[in-house]
Parts: sequence; structure tokens; C-alpha cells
Amino acid sequence: MKHLNEYRDSTLVKNLSNKIAEITTRNWSIMEICGGQTHSIMKYNLEELLPDKINLIHGPGCPVCVTPLEKIDKALKIASMENVIFTTFGDMMRVPGSRDDLLSVKADGADVRMVYSPLDALKVAEANPDKKVVFFAVGFETTSPANAVSVIEAKRRGLQNYSILASHVLVPPAIEALLSDQTSEIDGFLAAGHVCTVMGYNEYYPLVEKFKTPIVVSGFEPVDILQGIYLVTKQLEENRCELENQYSRVVTKDGNIIAQNMIFEVFEISDMKWRGIGEIPQSGFRIKDNYAKFDAEKIFDVGDIKVNEPENCIAGEVLQGKKKPMECAAFGKECNPEHPLGAPMVSTEGACAAYFHYK
Amino acid sequence: MCLAIPGKIISINDNDPDLIMAKVSFAGVTKDICLQWIDDPKVGEYVLAHVGFALNKIDEEDANETIKLLREMGDIN
Ligand code: SF4
Repeated sequence: MKHLNEYRDSTLVKNLSNKIAEITTRNWSIMEICGGQTHSIMKYNLEELLPDKINLIHGPGCPVCVTPLEKIDKALKIASMENVIFTTFGDMMRVPGSRDDLLSVKADGADVRMVYSPLDALKVAEANPDKKVVFFAVGFETTSPANAVSVIEAKRRGLQNYSILASHVLVPPAIEALLSDQTSEIDGFLAAGHVCTVMGYNEYYPLVEKFKTPIVVSGFEPVDILQGIYLVTKQLEENRCELENQYSRVVTKDGNIIAQNMIFEVFEISDMKWRGIGEIPQSGFRIKDNYAKFDAEKIFDVGDIKVNEPENCIAGEVLQGKKKPMECAAFGKECNPEHPLGAPMVSTEGACAAYFHYK
Repeated sequence: MCLAIPGKIISINDNDPDLIMAKVSFAGVTKDICLQWIDDPKVGEYVLAHVGFALNKIDEEDANETIKLLREMGDIN
């Protein structure tokens, strides 16, 4: 497959692995922020190709994992209501709420449907004018313009029965929160290539400057990730801290302006709670008031929701890179992909599931 | 979740100027992808697609150049 196979080429992987070994003289901890990259690292066993001195820390960049428990419970309540068709990306189906997940409310008779794109959710709304169709709009900056377009399109087509339950998180404020934590041991970052494809990388310059930490925008294939690690390590060894772009075949400095305009037509930046981490200021998107008609949280009354995270789940520490999944007592025992206790065991991009499948 | 994959534009449907759609082939599997955010898309070009939307074109020259440099990296040693 063009543009995939060459970035999985074993010769290139080996070249990079040798180069990294050659330049590494000290211990460095590098965080890949994005769950997609964590998944690739585990799948291709990239840690084996790195010198022992390089420690990869797996970051919180899995939107499925960080969607707050309250939001999942809200989704479950709305999905169970009369006359509702609840649509969602497949990865959200098995994320555990306080008691159930979407799959189990579906088994109990709720009309829950998986869609590939928010545009497919719109089609469901057009085909079912007598039902209320709700789309679970989760995601990082990568997914938010697509979710925004579904709302813009619903308005343009005059659809009265479409709304979204929005839960959007943003990467730069999360990096800021991680680096502001005094106990953080992160020396450098791989920034998430697909987030930057949309947003560009201007937002990362102030972070590099403020925390004197190298950030390299990186892709998702083995060659991309190793090249990203090579560039971060080289900076650290040479005592530099800069912003570099490994993923220049799709990422530009300013990103995709049209997609950004779509986002800011529908959403505005707000404080956001991250599951397992807590509230991070200005780290999410909420639906603007003039689109309130399309905001499922405004349309459906779900009452008061009180939540408790399972006590033995240490997802918060895992998501902040402070502990590895294996350090959790429940890992692979009470908690496994069939019966996840916490979200990082559900999504294939969650660190716990990635370790379970590939370690 | 943030998975985005490269695909080749097979045909473009611009009947609706507010929602330009395309058939995009991902290693033989064809999907309907929205090209609304892509500047001047052309049949035969590669895009990076995510949840039914093309996020950006893939810069062929840049991609080839990176691969070339990485190959040379091995030759030098
Ligand atoms: S292994 Fe399961 S219980 Fe432990 S942190 Fe991961 S998701 Fe939570």
C-alpha cells in the first residue's frame, strides 16, 4: 500500500534503530502523547529496537480513555430513552460507565448503532425523521472538525432530529499540565501527527520555550515513530530544545485552516475534565450557544449523575505516564479486554489494552 | 480513534459545492470521503483520511525525499 509499506520497511527501521543506539549516551524519558502511536509501538515491538537508556512513556492521548465517566453515563441514559437512536464510533461501544456500557444497553433493547463517520449519523437522522438521532462526538482536534461539520450540515439541511453529545479534548493544554507537574520525568515529546495535520504546530512553540523540552511532531508508522525518537534524542544529547516536524508529508505549520474554521464555527474552548486525570483548564471544546439546538446535553434531561471510578483502577497514573499498566494489580486479572475496569483497557489505543495484546 | 490512513482519490463528486465528496481507495477498499477541506483536489492524488474526511493531501515529493534520506542514512555506515 502506497505511503504505508515504505514506512514499515525493515531496512529503514533497522537504520534508524542503529542511529538511535549510536547517539544515545544518557538516560532519556520520551512520551508519545498519542494512543495511536502507543498502539504502533506495541504492535511493532519498537521498544525492543531502542537502547535500554531510552524509556518510552505512554501519554493520555486516547480520547476514548479520557472521556469522563459522567459523559459515558449520560450517553447510556440518553441511549436508553424512548424514541432515540444513539450513534457512535465503534471504539466507544465497550467503554465502561459506572455500571453498563453501550453494548449492554443495546442488548437490553436500546437502538445503538455504530457509524464510521459523523456523516453516516446524519444519514441515519435523515432516514428516521420520527426518531431523535444522537451522535457521540468524542475526539481530539483530529476528529472535532468532522463532528462540527455534521452539526453545520444538519442545520443546512434543516434537520430537527439530530444532536451530538460532545466530549472533545485538546493536546497542547494536556502537555502543559503534564510538564507543570513537578514530579514529571518527561525529557521530550512526540506530538500527535494527526492532531497537527488539522491544527498545525504553532501552538507548540510556547511549550518548547516555557519548559525547555524538545517536541517532535511525528507520524504513526514504525519509521515515523523511530525517526521522531531519533530527532528528540539527538536534540537532548546536543542539549537543544526545538520544535521539529517529522511528519512533514502531511503536517504544515498552520495546519488545515478550513477544518479549523469548521471547528470554531460550532465549538469554543472550555475547561474540561479528563477521565483519570481531572480537570485541565481550557483543554476541551464545548458547543457554542447558537448551536444549542444540536447539543444533546441541552436537549435531554438526564438528571443528576454521580460517579465513582473503580477503586483498584490506576488509569490516572497510567495516563500520566507515572506507572506502566503491569504495575496495576488488576492488570490481566480482574481487568482484561473482555471485562475492562478502566477505559485504557477498552480501546486498542489505550496503554493497558496495548500491553495486554502485544506484551 | 485518531487513526488516519492514506488513500488515493478515484473520482470526485462536486455536485454539492458545500460538501464535495470523493471515492477514495484504501488498498482496494473504496469509501466515500469528504474533500471539503482539501485545496484543489485531483483524481490520482493521495489524501490522509479520518472518519470520512480527508484531513490533508499527502505531499508526494516530501514523502519520497524522506524515504530517500532514510535509505542513505544506512548506506553511509
Ligand atoms: S489494567 Fe485495568 S484496572 Fe489497571 S489501570 Fe489499566 S484499565 Fe485500570
